[in-house]
Amino acid sequence: MANPQLVMYEEESKQVNAIIDKLNKEANAKVVFVVDKNGQLISSSGETEGLDATSLASLTAGNIAATGGLAKLLGEKEFSIQFHEGERDNIHITIVGGRVILVVIFDQRSSLGLVRLRVKKASDELAKIFEALAIKAETEAASGESPFAEITDDDIDNLFS
Amino acid sequence: MSFINYSSREINCKIVFYGPGLCGKTTNLQHVYGKTNPDAKGKMISLATETERTLFFDFLPLSLGEIRGFKTRFHLYTVPGQVFYDASRKLILKGVDGVVFVADSQVERMEANIESLDNLSINLKEQGFDLDKVPFVIQYNKRDLPNAAPVDELKKLLNPNGVPDFEACAATGEGVFETLKAISKLVLIELKKSH
Repeated sequence: MANPQLVMYEEESKQVNAIIDKLNKEANAKVVFVVDKNGQLISSSGETEGLDATSLASLTAGNIAATGGLAKLLGEKEFSIQFHEGERDNIHITIVGGRVILVVIFDQRSSLGLVRLRVKKASDELAKIFEALAIKAETEAASGESPFAEITDDDIDNLFS
Repeated sequence: MSFINYSSREINCKIVFYGPGLCGKTTNLQHVYGKTNPDAKGKMISLATETERTLFFDFLPLSLGEIRGFKTRFHLYTVPGQVFYDASRKLILKGVDGVVFVADSQVERMEANIESLDNLSINLKEQGFDLDKVPFVIQYNKRDLPNAAPVDELKKLLNPNGVPDFEACAATGEGVFETLKAISKLVLIELKKSH
């Protein structure tokens, strides 16, 4: 397989949520998202009502992919930080541990400096979790205990009935 | 690659619609969007030029229902079909779980179909995938046009391996859901196999 499959378990999900809740508070941000590089939303924290999180995740991943393409053209490994400034809201995007994307949306209640500082700490913590998660997912996959092994053709057909 | 979230009990998969320029990839997604229950879909996003040619991608998230207590979500993407957008096409194939190749049935587009199919194979390989192994279906679109080539000929040229293929007219929606259903099934079967 080209990429290891991303799996999220209850325990790690709680750890990730705790980190981004803390980041959201300490950075005075509006919303914090964790997105995987393929555009799937992993977790979110803050004022998420009224925000189209699925689209945001997909566009962020597209953005990171396009910027990664630019980096390669210039002989860079990647551009790990992106910042978009708007009239009201700003978006700060970082790649965490080469695996996932951390998105922080903030307004004038915070500042770029504060966000960068807090993001750095949170990134390190998140990187450790996702690294451990990748190893755990591999071990679990190797052990062969998965609810999907028992999916029947009927289960799949029922989705379309 | 699919994303399995045990915490929220969700499976997320990525399906990419590939094919030459103006073959009807975006039209396929628009039809799915138009005919799907509002509860089962998110917003459709199109990153297109002013003349409605896809510039980067179209994106449509769909929920298919539950399987063994897990919500299944499919993210449908299209690539820009025009030859010179190759760098963007490569990016969209990252982490793909299944591919639909939309062929333009018109006789004069046959070369464009072959070129795009070759391009798909090369770009998948760059991402570490093999077109013969990845869940893959073909759709022969624009069957309603008078200059459409016979299906037998299309099969011979584009589908030598005999993957599931469908005749369609995306503008009226004919064959669109059949194609989607087939690729979704293949993706779920692959998920079952890999576990």
